[in-house]
Amino acid sequence: MNEYRRSFLNRCSQTGAVALTFAAGLLEPALALAAEWNKAAFDAKSIAEALKLSGAVGAFESKDLVLKVEEHAENGAVVQLEVTSKIPGTTSIAIFVDKNPRPLLADMTFQNGAEPYIFLVTKMAETSRIRAVARAGGKTYFTTREVAVTTSGC
Amino acid sequence: MAEAIKIRAKLNGDVAEVKARMTHVMETGLRKDPASGQVIPAQFIKQLVATLNGKIVVDAEWGPSVSKDPVIGFRVKGAKAGDKLAIKATDNKGEILSGETSVT
Repeated sequence: MNEYRRSFLNRCSQTGAVALTFAAGLLEPALALAAEWNKAAFDAKSIAEALKLSGAVGAFESKDLVLKVEEHAENGAVVQLEVTSKIPGTTSIAIFVDKNPRPLLADMTFQNGAEPYIFLVTKMAETSRIRAVARAGGKTYFTTREVAVTTSGC
Repeated sequence: MAEAIKIRAKLNGDVAEVKARMTHVMETGLRKDPASGQVIPAQFIKQLVATLNGKIVVDAEWGPSVSKDPVIGFRVKGAKAGDKLAIKATDNKGEILSGETSVT
């Protein structure tokens, strides 16, 4: 990565979210940013902000995006989830826990033969909706599942 | 200090099914120490990169919501027995965890 881009991105993260959104627009395709941790999106405190800052707004609901998670989680500290995208050309999957203090859980890109599938274990603060967002062919798709939490994991 | 990531990569046809476990506190920075009342500083894995024979297959960004001692599972098509599967994870304090295994 060249020095110019690094310093440019550093400046953006200091000046905040608006600048970052601006930078994302300048550096299309979005993949150019994949190697940089999206601080603004991970720091977002509401699901609306987190979705916006990770470029996941305006997504279409899709049955070809499958989120497997238990409906009742006894222990919010360890909630297993699996996301599989059957949408052709899926390049990345992001996962959000709506009511967590930091809703963006993870954002992963798949390349060189990696299938659009991920298994992860999340913490959940309280009963919440979990949503998976897949990016494919310049479009975003989502699916959601509600998970009831007995004991908070945050 | 570099900590080891335990990785298992098993072939199912031409797809390597990978599961990796790492030891990490994954502190959110929002919890308080019950004894002192002080906030426990955030320490969590931010980035994880998995490679197959040196080529990136999964490039992950994580937030503090990922569970303590994280587990990640993924699948790589086109893998062969003997291929090298490596994972490197970096936390917000710059600590690095890594591991490598052969696909079997």
